[in-house]
Amino acid sequence: MESIKDKVAIIGMGCTKFGENWEQDSGDMIIEAAYEAYTDAGIEPKDIQAAWVGTVSAHWVGMGGLCLAEPLKLPRIPVTRVENYCTTGHEALRNATFGIASGMYDIVLALGFEKLKDTGFPGLGVGRGMHPVLEMRRTAPGSFALIATRYFYTYGLSPNEGKRVLAKIAVKNHRNGSLDPKAHLRREVTLEQVLNAPIIAWPLGLFDCCGNSDGAAAAILVRGDIAKKFKDNPIYIKGIGLSQNPMMPHFEPNFDWTGFEVNRIASRQAYQQAGITKPREQLDLAEVHDCFTITELIIYEDFGFSPKGRAKEDVEAGNFALEGDLPVNSDGGLKAFGHPIGASGLRMTYEVYKQLQGKAELPARQLKRAEVGLAHTLGGHPQVSCVAIFGINPG
Amino acid sequence: MKAGIVSFGVYVPYYRLSRDLIAKAWGGRSMGGERSVANHDEDSITMAVQAAINCLGGINRDEVDGLFFVSTTSPYKEKQCASIVAAAVDLRRDIITIDFANSLRSGTNALRLALDTVSNGSARNILVVAADCRLGYPQSVQEQAFGDGAAAILIGNSQTVANVEKMVSSTDDIIDVWRLDTDTFVRSWEDRWVLSYGYARNMKEAILKVMKENNLATGDLTKAVFYAPEGRSHRELARDLGLSDSQLQDSLLDSVGNTGVAHPLLMLASALSEAKLGDKILLASYGDGSDAFLLQATQEIEGVKSRRDIEGYLTTKRALPAYEKYLLFRQLVAQSEEFVRLFPSATVVWRTRNWVLAGHGSKCKRCGLVTFPIQRVCYGCQSKDEYEEVRLTDKRGKVFTFSLDYLAGTPQPPVVQTVVESEGGARIYCLMTDCEAEEVKVDMPVEMVLRKFHQFGGFHNYFWKCRPVREG
Repeated sequence: MESIKDKVAIIGMGCTKFGENWEQDSGDMIIEAAYEAYTDAGIEPKDIQAAWVGTVSAHWVGMGGLCLAEPLKLPRIPVTRVENYCTTGHEALRNATFGIASGMYDIVLALGFEKLKDTGFPGLGVGRGMHPVLEMRRTAPGSFALIATRYFYTYGLSPNEGKRVLAKIAVKNHRNGSLDPKAHLRREVTLEQVLNAPIIAWPLGLFDCCGNSDGAAAAILVRGDIAKKFKDNPIYIKGIGLSQNPMMPHFEPNFDWTGFEVNRIASRQAYQQAGITKPREQLDLAEVHDCFTITELIIYEDFGFSPKGRAKEDVEAGNFALEGDLPVNSDGGLKAFGHPIGASGLRMTYEVYKQLQGKAELPARQLKRAEVGLAHTLGGHPQVSCVAIFGINPG
Repeated sequence: MKAGIVSFGVYVPYYRLSRDLIAKAWGGRSMGGERSVANHDEDSITMAVQAAINCLGGINRDEVDGLFFVSTTSPYKEKQCASIVAAAVDLRRDIITIDFANSLRSGTNALRLALDTVSNGSARNILVVAADCRLGYPQSVQEQAFGDGAAAILIGNSQTVANVEKMVSSTDDIIDVWRLDTDTFVRSWEDRWVLSYGYARNMKEAILKVMKENNLATGDLTKAVFYAPEGRSHRELARDLGLSDSQLQDSLLDSVGNTGVAHPLLMLASALSEAKLGDKILLASYGDGSDAFLLQATQEIEGVKSRRDIEGYLTTKRALPAYEKYLLFRQLVAQSEEFVRLFPSATVVWRTRNWVLAGHGSKCKRCGLVTFPIQRVCYGCQSKDEYEEVRLTDKRGKVFTFSLDYLAGTPQPPVVQTVVESEGGARIYCLMTDCEAEEVKVDMPVEMVLRKFHQFGGFHNYFWKCRPVREG
């Protein structure tokens, strides 16, 4: 297998404000994200040769790429709708990347969006799947709380100790989000507020859960070797890994519930392509899938940022804060942006892209050293993990 | 007679409602004691399944040739329920299944037919399982008097614990207690007439007849088990028949309540669990006439003590904190619509019946891995279609991890989500029922129970949950 390293670059990106976008429908958000990306890339809509769009909303399933082609009036080019649970946004980017790398196209669009706030339900809903009873009362917080319970049990943390560690992650991400104008939740919270919040799915409380938001994000991709013709500071794709578990962890024999093999495999694939052997040292920032605080905690361990069972020490030392040695979720992550599923992977990529270009909106949140960054989404029960690594320098 | 009782099992829901709370809610008078209340996810089918499983402990289910389901509160007006119970209990398909309904006496109607069927040689064993979940009008005497429960009796012709010496039946058309096909609550005529002319007259007639045909006097009986709509008429009939207090089987009215068609069988199971070799037991039921039976315990009766009997269910219980919980559980108050993203499908349920109802997992013949639900390609070694089905619902397990979910709805929040590690290694993701949030712990022992999930698609969807093992 060849590496994808440097074959494809991003020359433009766009991202809507994430939040309760009551006045925008999917089309409005798609237009906003795409036209920001066009302008950033300095291209016209007619320059795009193919497009990939990610969304998981049921009413778009089976409708192909129309959800993108129609609002943008794309000029009769191929448009493909992709989905892969919460990695859907990344999946649009990944397939667009391979479209370029195949040599078939020179300029393509990858866009992800989700309109969650039209369901009337403050969450992703209850129950899932095609079977009438198997996942009757499954919710996202309920499933991720299963990890927290077992993680605490395995590493001997009392519920109070465990919840304190998780609360620190929430405090960090809320603080980062307060500095990002595009975030949904832009408010700092205290440790006490997090610990005293109502329980959503024990042991996870309100602030352990990410928001429920609308949003869209887009990227214009070109061949790596022509990227500089469009832009002085394109961002190169260094590696993309994707791993899918063949069985729902809930039913998987011997599954340990303290980490995810798919995270370990997807990150290893991406590290290998990008030539990363010491992620903690070689990465300058990481946007990871903090759908719940416990998810971010186990990701530190799955990605090799912290030794197994010891992420607590790094959290307590503040090593993943904006000022730490490896800032994680510098924009506030899903915690502050919410998780419009199809959009998230590209929203994270947007943050890495802006940081690597030195163009974070507020100087207060611009990282001093930002040359290599990672974006990660984790989807399903959870069952699928996608890791993408980007760099500002080719080679 | 060549048939008798081979085994028996009972089921009483975990929850009880103090009659004082009912009286307090309405400002009326309490009958005293408590009544059982089926959980929000229980109905006559799920209770019947549990009683049946308790009855069949240690018995080869392939030797059961028939299942008779009895209830006046069947969840279906048209569609057999015995077939659902048979599937959940994992019986063979080439058996006779019959639903008995309408009359309060149909529990013993089914018993009599089962005895006749086995006697004439057309079946080896027949499982009679009766369950009821009747509703009295709010503020009525029945609301306090009724209870929910189930009993199962296995009739067979070998290794019987009690033989049936004689049985008699009578019919009497009387509009005393009834429900129209559109009624939710039980109606009744003036109770003085109902109790004296309906209950006492019919019962006495049948009981005296079966005793006479067997040349027995009241004093020869070890136990008299007979149905009682409420306590006073039960005691009066006993006195009238000349039965002493020690001969009279506890009516369970104070602790469980009147469980309808299940009641005579529940009391019989209760009597059998205390019976000794040679004991003579009278069983009589009432409802549009009466059925009376004379039974005698055999030496096999000594071997039945290990099974979970009524005592266990009477001692493991939890009091509902308020009358309103009962209204919620029985769906007597409206609930807001839920945002549940499931697709009802009769075909999917039918196709997956071996794991949805029978609770089978797959055990790989190559690597031995056991998984649930049934997997055609082995997760462990990828071998295709090389598995045998194994029943996981009679295995116990331990909670591997859990969460207490306040977002997931249900009349009894939080929803307890669990991953159970079943004996043999299968992992089962399921909801925990009959539990309090505070008691849920990693490693806690659980057992599997069939419960009602929802009625999307206009039909009842059942599936398995776990519940804490409580040794009573």
